[in-house]
Amino acid sequence: MIRTPLRPLARILQARARGENPAAIERENLALRHERMRDQARDRAEGRLLMLGVMFFAAFLVVGVRMGSLAASDPSEPRAATPGAAIVAQRADITDRNGNILATNLATHALYAQPPNMIEPGRVARELAAIFPDLDEADLLKDFTGKRKFLWIKKKISPEQMQRVHDIGDPGLMFGPREMRLYPNGRLASHVLGGSGFGREGVSSAEVVGRAGVEKAFDGWLRDPANGGQPLRLSLDLTVQAAVEQVLAGGMRLLDARGAAAVLMDAQTGEVVSLVSLPDFDPNERPRPLTKGDPSESPLFNRAVQGVYELGSTFKTFTVAQALEEGIVTPATMIETKGPLVWGRHRIRDFHNYGPQLSVTDVLVKSSNIGTARIVQRIGAERQRDFLGRLGFLEATGLELVEAPSGKPLLPPKWTEISMMTISYGHGLSASPLHLAAAYATVANGGYRVTPTILAGQGRRGERVISEATSAAIRTMLRQVVSRGTATLADVPGYAVGGKTGTADKPKPTGGYYKDKVLATFVSVFPANAPRYVLVVSLDEPEDRTGPEHRRTAGWTAAPVAGEIIRRAAPLLGLRPEIETAGGFGVTLAAN
Amino acid sequence: MTEMVYGTAPIRAGEPVLPRWWRTVDKWAMSCILMLFGVGLLLGLAASPPLAAKNGFDAFHYVERQVVFGTMALATMLVFSMMSPDLVRRLGVLGFFAAFAALALLPVFGTDFGKGAVRWYSLGFASVQPSEFLKPGFIVLAAWMMAAAQELNGPPGRAMSLGVALTVVLFLAFQPDFGQAALILFAWGVMYFVAGAPFLLLVGMAGAVVAGGTLAYEHSEHFARRIDGFLTPEIDPRTQLGYAVNAIQEGGFFGVGVGEGQVKWSLPDAHTDFIIAVAAEEYGLVLVAAIILLYAVIVIRSLFRLLRERDTFIRLAGTGLACTFAVQALINMGVAVKLLPAKGMTLPFVSYGGSSLIAGGITVGMLLALTRTRPQGEIGDILRLRGRA
Repeated sequence: MIRTPLRPLARILQARARGENPAAIERENLALRHERMRDQARDRAEGRLLMLGVMFFAAFLVVGVRMGSLAASDPSEPRAATPGAAIVAQRADITDRNGNILATNLATHALYAQPPNMIEPGRVARELAAIFPDLDEADLLKDFTGKRKFLWIKKKISPEQMQRVHDIGDPGLMFGPREMRLYPNGRLASHVLGGSGFGREGVSSAEVVGRAGVEKAFDGWLRDPANGGQPLRLSLDLTVQAAVEQVLAGGMRLLDARGAAAVLMDAQTGEVVSLVSLPDFDPNERPRPLTKGDPSESPLFNRAVQGVYELGSTFKTFTVAQALEEGIVTPATMIETKGPLVWGRHRIRDFHNYGPQLSVTDVLVKSSNIGTARIVQRIGAERQRDFLGRLGFLEATGLELVEAPSGKPLLPPKWTEISMMTISYGHGLSASPLHLAAAYATVANGGYRVTPTILAGQGRRGERVISEATSAAIRTMLRQVVSRGTATLADVPGYAVGGKTGTADKPKPTGGYYKDKVLATFVSVFPANAPRYVLVVSLDEPEDRTGPEHRRTAGWTAAPVAGEIIRRAAPLLGLRPEIETAGGFGVTLAAN
Repeated sequence: MTEMVYGTAPIRAGEPVLPRWWRTVDKWAMSCILMLFGVGLLLGLAASPPLAAKNGFDAFHYVERQVVFGTMALATMLVFSMMSPDLVRRLGVLGFFAAFAALALLPVFGTDFGKGAVRWYSLGFASVQPSEFLKPGFIVLAAWMMAAAQELNGPPGRAMSLGVALTVVLFLAFQPDFGQAALILFAWGVMYFVAGAPFLLLVGMAGAVVAGGTLAYEHSEHFARRIDGFLTPEIDPRTQLGYAVNAIQEGGFFGVGVGEGQVKWSLPDAHTDFIIAVAAEEYGLVLVAAIILLYAVIVIRSLFRLLRERDTFIRLAGTGLACTFAVQALINMGVAVKLLPAKGMTLPFVSYGGSSLIAGGITVGMLLALTRTRPQGEIGDILRLRGRA
């Protein structure tokens, strides 16, 4: 073993003394010192490297633990919308007043093709044509082999169809998720709901926009995410709507009418409980608007809101109400009804001859044109116009459907004396059945102006138009029209139906009136003693051919249909029939 | 007899190159690097299609480029790992000077690609970031100088290497690229630490870093905004960081599913700085833990192999390379989980980027070359110990 000398120089001195070269020893000393130093450095570095290793291990551990704790926690913030899905779907539902769904959304898919990615265009075209019978194989093949890079094939497909397209297995066929609007009740309330279609379309989504009805009127509201998915609640009652629609359709078929309309309105608030226009359509497959012919003949046309008609004798009620309100007559005042009434070159006649005079009540009950014209002569044109204006006949109804503004009443160009007389019994002024319902609600509910609305809970009583007493007198008369007048077929036991018929000859487009085409309208108020609802039933060109002579008047056509509607709908509306209590058994109860 | 007939068999001076390489190279670390590269490709498939779509390329354009650059990087790594430490040192030092020249010429010929900092040379088909190549070169140079300083009568290598480090940092700070500057300083510090820095000095340096940070906070708005963003406790969900944290939370333990991730559509740097968020969202904590484990294995195994190393240069250079590699990964992942203030740094071998990949290949190649098993005088140790006993 080599011992390191305590004094290095000693060896050198010894070596010099021996005459040897000391450089080798010096180098050896240096090498030894050097090695010692390196060993020392290596020991120190070993410790420090260990320290580094532990430090890095700890750092990796910290990052890993932090990752784990983040992964275990829930995302605190909802993810912001990504730029890829700019079109946000999710449209609010529409429900009836009781929360039954009228319109909702359904997840579905659209089918599109990217021909450059397609492997077997021929087979794809053949199999697609087999799945979708409305597609033509030759057209598809032309599209797939042409220059197009992208084409829509179907906007909405069912899950079964989607599976069958998947089974074709071609990479050129792609699906885009869609949210489609579904009307689960089919044709029910189609004119109110209107319908919807796709607006801007992208591959990953498409926006649904309203096309008509409330869907269009409330398009912004339905799409507003700020409402938090809260549904749009309409004032319609689904069951009542179904009953009215069914009965009206039956009546329309039996009487061979071209069309029909019905409005059932809450007499106090103006909320529309049912609104029907026939013929109707399925909003799930909204038909295209007619390109030729009369648009008012289209199923899309809302007869109850858009259609304005001369509503005939139903207007007599307003004339009588105004005369009573202004103290010109009392129900018992006798009015001369000897006809015909000649005014200039016009002659006003009655349907029957009612004798020389009738009381005001009987003018309404028997529906005398001459009597009404004589009454309105005492009122004057200016005041009649003003009164009809307060009932809402001079402007479009404010109903929240996009179609409502087009239902603007047709007024005579100049409100002359003869206009005044014809308007008093419902000719010369055209208004929609909805106008009529609102005006009858106003007259019957105690005299407060009613504005129709389609939203639940939005109805309010307006200003007073006629006094409570006048309203009560009118109600008594309307009840008599049904109990002993022109509308006895509308009587429903227990519901004290009051109403007024109106049979208007239809105007020819060329001028003048048809002799054999009428618009039969019946307005009813029930129960007449404390009105809750107003029902307007209007039939276009009805004809009852069951008897020996063909009958077209409203008393024979619209009135029985309205009666049947009330019979069906009143219990659904929660009205109890007032059954006359049977007399006792002759036993006198006595208290001691 | 045979020799007389056929002549003598040629004598081999040593073992053939490839078998020796295979026997001595750190196979664990190398496998981990290959796996990291695989993970990078997998994540590139997930993270880069939005960028490709934005720039109008095929969906997997960037993945293809990643494959090309990655293959080059792996080849570079293999070549470097076969070199002897001397050759590594020579090439490293030469590379440092080349990269430094490139860095110094950046203000003249470089482009900023609209990102506000001139860090790249645009070559048309690709871009080169000299600072990425500077790092391994600098580490080798500094290690060489420090090792020389430990020789008796050696040059003042520590002071010289500090001077070089400060010069490089100055150039980087002018770009500005504080991230790379910090990495250079860190590499120098770690090597100085292992080379035997006095503890008092280390404490003083820590103080200087704090002081420097405070100074930068007060005078650089860029820097101050990032620190402020880090210090606020709640995360603004519209910042990059907010998206990244949200993505990690969405991913949970097993991820939302391959290709289902959303964060890549919102983050402009999803394929580079925030690739770990994409990994966490689509594959969940499982993959992230695997990535962390791979980095940890590479770094800690390398450090432990360097423990036994007798050669000062090899020890120092290896430490510097391993620690830089580790710190880069740590900073990248630490930012994504909001442990560290936001700082753009690529995840080595995983993030997309040609320069970063090839420079990473050089770094780990050198590291593998330096951590190869070599005779370390074990017999001498044994003999000496026996002698002492």
